[in-house]
Amino acid sequence: MSEIRPGASWSGAADAFVRIEDVVKIYGDVVAVKSVSLSVGRQEIFALLGSSGCGKSTLLRMLAGFEEVTSGRLFLDNEDITTLPPYKRPVNMMFQSYALFPHMTVEDNVAFGLKQEGVPRNEIHSRVYEALDLVQMGAYARRKPSQLSGGQQQRVALARSLVKRPKLLLLDEPMSALDKQIRQKTQIELVKILDKVGVTCIMVTHDQEEAMTMAHRMAVMSEGQIVQCGAPQEVYDFPSSRFVANFVGSTNLFTGHIAVDEADHVQIESEQLNRPLYVNHGVSEPLGMEVHVSIRPERIRVHREQPAGDFNWAHGMVSHMAWMGSYARYLIRLDSGMQVEAAVSRLVMSQNDSPAVGEEVYIDWSGDSATVLTS
Amino acid sequence: MAKPDFRLRALALGLGYLFLYGPILVLMVLSFNDSAMMTTWTGFSLRWYHELFSDRALLEAARLSIIIAAATATAAVAVGTWVGYVLARMGRFRGFGLFVGLASAPLVIPEVVLGISLLLMFVELSDLFGWEGSNGAFTIWVGHVILSMAYVTVIIQSRVRDLDRSLEEAALDLGAPPIKVFFQIVLPLIAPALLAAWLLAFTLSLDDVVIASFLTGPGHTTLPLEVFSRVRLGLKPEINALATIFMLLVALFVVIAHHVQNRKGPPK
Amino acid sequence: MKPRLPSPPASWRRMLVIAPPFVWLILFLLVPFLLVLKISFADLQFGVPPYTALAEFSDQALSVVLNLRGYALLFTDSLYVSTYLHSVKMAAVTTLFCILIGYPMAYYIARSEPATRNLLLIGVILPFWTSLLLRVYAWIGILRNDGLLNNLLMGLGLIDQPLEIYRTDLAVYIGLIYAYLPFFILPLYANLVKLDTRLLEAAYDLGAKPWQAFRSVTLPLSMPGVIAGAMLVFIPSVGEFVIPEMLGGADTLMIGRVMWTEFFNNSDWPMAAAVTCVMVMLLLVPLILFQYGQTRHLGMRGGRRNG
Repeated sequence: MSEIRPGASWSGAADAFVRIEDVVKIYGDVVAVKSVSLSVGRQEIFALLGSSGCGKSTLLRMLAGFEEVTSGRLFLDNEDITTLPPYKRPVNMMFQSYALFPHMTVEDNVAFGLKQEGVPRNEIHSRVYEALDLVQMGAYARRKPSQLSGGQQQRVALARSLVKRPKLLLLDEPMSALDKQIRQKTQIELVKILDKVGVTCIMVTHDQEEAMTMAHRMAVMSEGQIVQCGAPQEVYDFPSSRFVANFVGSTNLFTGHIAVDEADHVQIESEQLNRPLYVNHGVSEPLGMEVHVSIRPERIRVHREQPAGDFNWAHGMVSHMAWMGSYARYLIRLDSGMQVEAAVSRLVMSQNDSPAVGEEVYIDWSGDSATVLTS
Repeated sequence: MAKPDFRLRALALGLGYLFLYGPILVLMVLSFNDSAMMTTWTGFSLRWYHELFSDRALLEAARLSIIIAAATATAAVAVGTWVGYVLARMGRFRGFGLFVGLASAPLVIPEVVLGISLLLMFVELSDLFGWEGSNGAFTIWVGHVILSMAYVTVIIQSRVRDLDRSLEEAALDLGAPPIKVFFQIVLPLIAPALLAAWLLAFTLSLDDVVIASFLTGPGHTTLPLEVFSRVRLGLKPEINALATIFMLLVALFVVIAHHVQNRKGPPK
Repeated sequence: MKPRLPSPPASWRRMLVIAPPFVWLILFLLVPFLLVLKISFADLQFGVPPYTALAEFSDQALSVVLNLRGYALLFTDSLYVSTYLHSVKMAAVTTLFCILIGYPMAYYIARSEPATRNLLLIGVILPFWTSLLLRVYAWIGILRNDGLLNNLLMGLGLIDQPLEIYRTDLAVYIGLIYAYLPFFILPLYANLVKLDTRLLEAAYDLGAKPWQAFRSVTLPLSMPGVIAGAMLVFIPSVGEFVIPEMLGGADTLMIGRVMWTEFFNNSDWPMAAAVTCVMVMLLLVPLILFQYGQTRHLGMRGGRRNG
């Protein structure tokens, strides 16, 4: 991830620049946020990932000051901002719809926040143009928002929220209004700007790719709670639950019980597989306990011949195959009846004579491919 | 998708508009009739217009009415916008039903009810505070404001509800306290509605007979009161002239407003 | 998307915004009406004000006198009773015709192309902006015995004797319908124009004929608009004064005129107040219906939200 962020200024330590302590939000009899606690480090880009209704937007709005916190506290740079109204917080938000003031020019839009602070006129002018240059919209200063494209409006919105040099920047589904085509490019551009400015940022998204591209760390939310928090790749490789494993990327889930429990490896027997699963690290769960095992599709190899060894393989038949551009997606029905998804890269497909639909195949995976889950 | 039947549509709309505009056109045509009789056309003449403009009493009443109407419209927009904003943005609060009831009452309540209520209020007030002033332009103005406020509220409330809330939130987020948000963001964006509301309140005040009757005092007569007292007794041709001028002005105004609005882009 | 309810800012700030207009409304609408209620129990007296006070404190005794003269008369005198009934009848008939004429108009305007639609709408609103007084006055000239209509019909040889319309109930009906038609069309139009045409398309797709689709989709969905419009016509019509006064005969009994007479001609304020209170009571059910519709309409989660 750090390759796309040259000169990334985040130190890597979550030193609690933003602290969310046991925050709860209740609307009537609906609990939207159920006691969330979180720390975000200075200059970190943090993503709240979850599907609709999970509470991420509510949490963001509480940070911005648009929703009252039912209980709990919010700290920013060691200042308790829980009861501060939005216009008194050193927090700025970029709205999903950008919310550019239609009756003002781009320049006036960006200058608005500075005017409220009482910044002197010439300073406003230089800061406004500094911000516009940062997002490369300097030439459009005199235009009205209705004359701009979606991408251009987004940049102006970003400039407007950065010009006040907030301690915390909030992004509400930043890419949702853009076409899929330009999303990736914009994500990278946005991160470059954020790193350059060095602002701490919390963003909300339902797009897991977006979170993984843009954030240093992310938290997966479901039903008002955080279910896992960590660096994106970490969350991907080591999901803490079936929910996270399925939500962040896709996976194959097997159920079984621990047959062999050693310090450096475990074996799990599952009805869904002909052979036991061998995982090359120890787990804290006791012998005999029922567990779930997650194996990502890209870790599963597809062969025509039976693999060697007694573990980590199974026999089945290709029920479906689809070309996804850069890889092929196999759906293989195993002898046990379970359907497994395998993703085979284009490269591998071109190097071998790959099986087709209807053929009998064997799947296998390495000892470090599986993650053991207990929930 | 099936389009509505062309003939049915032409019939319904044609008859409807004929009904609405027939009498107006009749008046306009007759205002140029030399004869005082409605039914015989004796020639094209502007005499009724001359009579109209030399009628001091009528002109004086018109002057007073216009002043009251302008004052009414301004005050009604100020208060009505506040009420409309509360209805649109403050969600449900304690006593919401009562608030809505009072805010929309003048829309439906028969005007005589409103008239007597307000008059009694002024009477009791003068009793209580020993205020010796008699009723007149001031009391009429108050009455008209109460009446037209409800219409302003309807227009403004509807417009504010359609306003994207995130614009106000963005302004708050950028450091503007709620008052500034209202004046710098909301008001400019609902300006056309404010104008429409002002004009509607102006019209209502200018046309009111009942409330003015209850709340007027000696020496103060408004244009509609003057017209009403004359036409109660029968037809008066100079009134035709008055009506024509009135309607042409309004028509001209609406046409201009329509053009201006269309130039600005798709109407909201 | 889970419905998001607006969370209010700090309570006292809200109070600051809601309270002043609320107080204003109570002071200028509720209190005056309560005064009317109070006066309706007073007795006539000469002087200023021309009614007695209800409560008197003398000799350490507080006596409150509720004079029921007015109400007794209203409920027993057949003239008053029939006037009330007649007013309600006239308002009801007016409302009916406004619906019959106004519904098709509103419907066709709403279903027109946007460009034509605006023009047609202005066509409906324009009379609304011109003086009602003058427009009703126009009808006098048309409906009189020697007026335009009669002359036209006699000129065409369709009748021998002039039709007596002016100064009868019929003229008042015409005037009321004429005056209140835009009041019905506008709220109904607002409702119809928001109707999702895709619902109709779905109905046609499922095999419904135009009339069936209208009956089962458009009509039920337009009901709130119809009711709002109907109440905006019915309720004020009951107490209407200007139109019956200008177009009606001596025997056109309407409660608005009665109240006016009591107040202005007889200077009997308590009686006028009593007439008013009974009028409002009569209208209580339609009023509540209207206010309920308004409250629901206005209390709905407002404003557009993103995401």
